[in-house]
Amino acid sequence: MGYEPQADFGTPAVTAQTRVSLLIDGRAISVPTGTTVMRAAALAGGSIPKLCATDTLKQFGSCRLCLVEIDGMRGTPASCTTLASEGMVVHTQTSRLEKLRRGVMELYISDHPLDCLTCSANNDCELQDTAAQVGLRDVRYGYQGDNHLGAAPDQSNPYFDFDPSKCIVCSRCVRACDEVQGTFALTIAGRGFESKVSAGVASDDFFSSECVSCGACVAACPTATLNEKAVTAIGKPERAVITTCAYCGVGCTFRAEMRGEQVVRMVPWKDGKANRGHSCVKGRFAWGYARHQDRITTPMIRNAITEPWREVSWDEAISFAASEFKRIAAQHGNNALGGIVSSRCTNEEGFLVQKLVRAGFGTNNVDTCARVCHSPTGYGLKNTFGTSAGTQDFDSVEACDVMLVIGANPTDGHPVFASRMKRRLRQGAKLIVIDPRRTDIVRSPHIEADYHLALRPGTNVAVLTALAHVIVTEGLVDEAFVRDRCDQDEFRDWAEFVADARHSPEFLAPVIGVAAQDLRGAARLFATGGNGAIYYGLGVTEHSQGSSTVMAIANLAMATGNIGRRGVGVNPLRGQNNVQGACDMGSFPHELSGYRHVSDPAARALFEAEWGVPIDPEPGLRIPNMLDAATDGLFKGIYIQGEDILQSDPDTRHVAAGLAAMECVIVQDLFLNETANYAHVFLPGSTFLEKSGTFTNAERRIQMVRKVMEPLNGFEDWQVTQALARAMGLDWNYTHAREIMDEIARLTPTFAGVSFARLDAEGSLQWPVNAAFPDGAPIMHVDGFVRGKGKFVVTDYVPTDERTGPRYPLLLTTGRILSQYNVGAQTRRTENARWHLEDVLEIHPSDAENRGLRDGDWVRLASRAGETTLRAQITDRVAPGVVYTTFHHPTTQANVVTTDNSDWATNCPEYKVTAVQVTPSNGPSQWQLDYDAQSDAARRITATAAE
Amino acid sequence: MSGVDTTAKLVRMINQIVRNLLHDKDPVGAVAGHVHAFWSPRMVQQLRAHGSDGLDPVAIAALERLGQDHGHAAG
Repeated sequence: MGYEPQADFGTPAVTAQTRVSLLIDGRAISVPTGTTVMRAAALAGGSIPKLCATDTLKQFGSCRLCLVEIDGMRGTPASCTTLASEGMVVHTQTSRLEKLRRGVMELYISDHPLDCLTCSANNDCELQDTAAQVGLRDVRYGYQGDNHLGAAPDQSNPYFDFDPSKCIVCSRCVRACDEVQGTFALTIAGRGFESKVSAGVASDDFFSSECVSCGACVAACPTATLNEKAVTAIGKPERAVITTCAYCGVGCTFRAEMRGEQVVRMVPWKDGKANRGHSCVKGRFAWGYARHQDRITTPMIRNAITEPWREVSWDEAISFAASEFKRIAAQHGNNALGGIVSSRCTNEEGFLVQKLVRAGFGTNNVDTCARVCHSPTGYGLKNTFGTSAGTQDFDSVEACDVMLVIGANPTDGHPVFASRMKRRLRQGAKLIVIDPRRTDIVRSPHIEADYHLALRPGTNVAVLTALAHVIVTEGLVDEAFVRDRCDQDEFRDWAEFVADARHSPEFLAPVIGVAAQDLRGAARLFATGGNGAIYYGLGVTEHSQGSSTVMAIANLAMATGNIGRRGVGVNPLRGQNNVQGACDMGSFPHELSGYRHVSDPAARALFEAEWGVPIDPEPGLRIPNMLDAATDGLFKGIYIQGEDILQSDPDTRHVAAGLAAMECVIVQDLFLNETANYAHVFLPGSTFLEKSGTFTNAERRIQMVRKVMEPLNGFEDWQVTQALARAMGLDWNYTHAREIMDEIARLTPTFAGVSFARLDAEGSLQWPVNAAFPDGAPIMHVDGFVRGKGKFVVTDYVPTDERTGPRYPLLLTTGRILSQYNVGAQTRRTENARWHLEDVLEIHPSDAENRGLRDGDWVRLASRAGETTLRAQITDRVAPGVVYTTFHHPTTQANVVTTDNSDWATNCPEYKVTAVQVTPSNGPSQWQLDYDAQSDAARRITATAAE
Repeated sequence: MSGVDTTAKLVRMINQIVRNLLHDKDPVGAVAGHVHAFWSPRMVQQLRAHGSDGLDPVAIAALERLGQDHGHAAG
């Protein structure tokens, strides 16, 4: 489409059961009760001048431009704060109003630089538009009076500038920071003429303030006061394309606003049902990696990883890869091959990779990086509810009364949804946080958790069992729900189990490290506080009992009747953008798309008929099993699309050994990632801006990814997979990603009604989309569980084998930070790096003092798996005995330290519990030095002319 | 090489499965069913080749049941 700004109805939409009818400038309009006159006028096709109003913010009534006349009412009320009422007759265009508006506008313009022609917002400025709209032709006061024209700009933020000389103090930025983002970083300092927008305290600039660079203020600004640097540098966009963010499982939709082939800015799409017009610093601003100089756009091959890379044509690269895989299959059998697809890839790409592995390689050795994050969610929720997915949509949080957040750090990991959670909490919802760290949501402006259960890492199941004990023994079970919806025998077994005295808070408190009365208080609050919703993340799944914890969460939700309606539910917050989709698409070695086990003859028959090849009825190898088989000399070739297992997976030394033992490693990625150090074929990938497809977010919402620029490498990723498949002998002839979705729909009952045409028409669909749910299902298990009766599963607490002791007395837990994403391959190649230049080790003051450490000191972090060095950050955010770090930087190599312990059911790694020692250090570990040398050597490229 | 004993890892894995399924009404069947559903035949064969050393008795029984119920070759 061409460039048009998003429609702005002035004040937010309201939902109401009743409607009112009124007459605006002679036009009849009916609107929901509670709608403002301003919005009603906009809905009627009119446009009342405004500056302080925008439909993403509550009405404010400050600028006085939106005055109207209403029959029977005195004066000229502001239309933004006046509600429409039955029979109301409104006049928005009268000579009296014109005069008043022009007078107000004159005052604004008298203190505004008249540099429109050279202003970055020229032709994209509400002030400019409104001046034209009211017909301003002159400023009678002149421009020589006191003004703010000399105010110095703040250019500290890497993505946007703040130019106070252009500010009209409409407070939209301040209100956006408060209402939309919930950070409260901005304020209006001073009074009267001295009023000005201020970030943080007087000594702060935007960069040093609490501002999280979500961009809400920039989107809200009606002038060029807050404007993207990219707009200043490139100019006004010429066209806009709606697409879906490639960071995190929230699945924000954006307008990619383009000038030619260049992205000017990503603006959150107000109609996006996942983000409702909001964004975070990653999706909003951190897309510059797409054109980063490190992008590899020419295929490369080499015979051995000790050799430099050799640039070749696509034909040669694909031919080399296929011949190597054919050779390996011939020499070692089909099961010596496998593939991994990233959750960063689209549904269509994921589907094709597993199809290539199953139909082309002839094995089920395919896995996805969901293995290392949310595989326990798939196992746990399928067992208990019958579906491997969360139960709610994000909107559901608006009806939540008690939020239980366990093992999730939403303000850093899922910031856009966290803003919606915080909004609900400010409205009065209660909050229980179960996390070893004092995450930001525990205490933030106007929010304080009712309970923060700072448990000892590894004791999730014990905590949930203690909560269940209280609920059962104090008679807080929702008996009617359990009787109607759940298997009675299994419930009785579970209730008897949790009611045992050894599961009481008093008995378990010493194990958990949380006071018994807090456990009891939290349980009572969750069971009696109204709609209770559980939100969880990788702090639940990445444990030796990750799957048990997911089932314990499901038990708790069923016991309290918190399933099947708005405001409740079990909500896994997915780490990457398409974790849900990767799992849905049959990327696990035991399942075909739609979670049908490979041993199911009927399911296999469907695929065999479509693909014309037999499907192995036995499960294949998971990622860690592939690496184990490789070190045993049995697994020889792997195709890895979009995943950097060397940095992201645990026990780096073992991953390196597994990769090094293979004869052909094919990496398809944007950059020469860490895994590519061990690769023989490098196939350049394309970014989400350069291809078509779909992502499925944490609420099962399938959304379009649209190509906004041509792929720098020449091909979309699914095309590269198709080329490899054809070279392997498969007769694939897809001409567009939509055809892959059509095949997914044919083969996957929960996707039966999904197509690109429907997604284009409807914006998004939440699976299942089929005959039973023709328009999808925002909330699942409404009338009954998918599996029939809800299944209570006894989840006994089994302590992890990873224990502290004299050699390793501290527990390390790992996580992420707001500005960085996963292994950092994208975000490290943007200005986001300025917020997080290196991974640091959080350590409690008492543990630091015992070791003679000062803030910023280099420390050696050692476990039984390995050791690395990084800087210490002393903070009481972590409890004594617990240390914490992130894994965004390859130089830190946090996963050299993590072990091969994993979830009992799924092999999801136990990232969250590693026994470690921390000691002073004076430099990098030997591993880091060796790795740097190996990495530098492995990245050498011998430039040769490609065909 | 990383020095990882992959057989020892399989022993650890199946014992871990046993500990987490002990409350099932039929722990042996539950362990056998889990291994059948999620382990590749090669992993099962590797564990069988290892023998019973270090295996929980339930795991040993489960491997036997696996052969009977699901046709995984014994020994």
